Amino acid sequence: MATAEHSDGLAFHPMDQFIVKPLFGGETLNWYTPSNATLWMAVVILAVIALFVLGTRGRAIVPSRIQSVAELAYGFVHKMVEDVAGKDALKFFPYIFTLFCFIVFSNFVGLLPKAFTTTSHIAVTALMAVAVFLTVTIVGFVKNGAGFLSLFWVSSAPLALRPILALIEIISYFVRPVSHSIRLAGNMMAGHAVIKVFAAFAPLILISGIGVAVTPLSILAIVAMYALEILVAFIQAYVFTILTCVYLKDALHPHH
Amino acid sequence: MELAAAAALGKFIGAGLACIGMGGSAMGVGNVAGNFLAGALRNPSAAAGQTATLFIGIAFAEALGIFSFLVALLLMFAV
Repeated sequence: MATAEHSDGLAFHPMDQFIVKPLFGGETLNWYTPSNATLWMAVVILAVIALFVLGTRGRAIVPSRIQSVAELAYGFVHKMVEDVAGKDALKFFPYIFTLFCFIVFSNFVGLLPKAFTTTSHIAVTALMAVAVFLTVTIVGFVKNGAGFLSLFWVSSAPLALRPILALIEIISYFVRPVSHSIRLAGNMMAGHAVIKVFAAFAPLILISGIGVAVTPLSILAIVAMYALEILVAFIQAYVFTILTCVYLKDALHPHH
Repeated sequence: MELAAAAALGKFIGAGLACIGMGGSAMGVGNVAGNFLAGALRNPSAAAGQTATLFIGIAFAEALGIFSFLVALLLMFAV
């Protein structure tokens, strides 16, 4: 992204927060360079460990507050997998729960001021979506063999329509990893950019007369958008997880 | 130089036009949520089991709005 050309518009550019920078100075980014992205991913993983390893260490019959949060999260995802994908999908529960924890924690950690939202990068979400896509496709073929292809052959439709429907089904099957990853990254990026746009209006009170009217509105808008973002952060993690379950259900039971 | 200016103009106009797609996505999400509410008020006991379907429907409708946002971003930063 260009950095030199946006000195004339807003006081700071709303997309600057998504630039991956090396942590310890310098300009070049290699795969081993510690950057703000790797730092915040590490924070996310430490937070997950803190909740699920340290939080449940007591194994109390009457759970402490942190233990009941961990148990609620576990039960929530367990029920989701069982309801949506069926009982035989439960052996994929650790994978789905890992995805859910990583996404929900990086969405929430990204809402801290000055933090970097790792899930706002398509590189991160695309890796998870492609992994889900490959897993689901391989599981489908291993479980059903060539019968997995009946997913694309809608047997309840009239015979003349089936080839057309098959084409549409195949296209929509291959668009899955694209929409799966872009939905999460786009939501995170758009929400954070909107907050920053309103934040850029807030200091207007210092430089112009119109700021008296604009600044309080802008601060109100930041608060409202932040509340919405807390909701979106959870819902997008939920949606990513539940879509994984839906795809898994298609792989395990491909017959319409 | 004029060509570059025209290209920049086209970029901004295109990014603005891409935002029209959000309106369609908004109608889609509203349609899903409104129909869910209408159905849920007719049969409240069946509503709780269908919230997952509601969110899946909203996610599918919303994805297309996100695509238009992506087109705007690509025009602004990648083209």
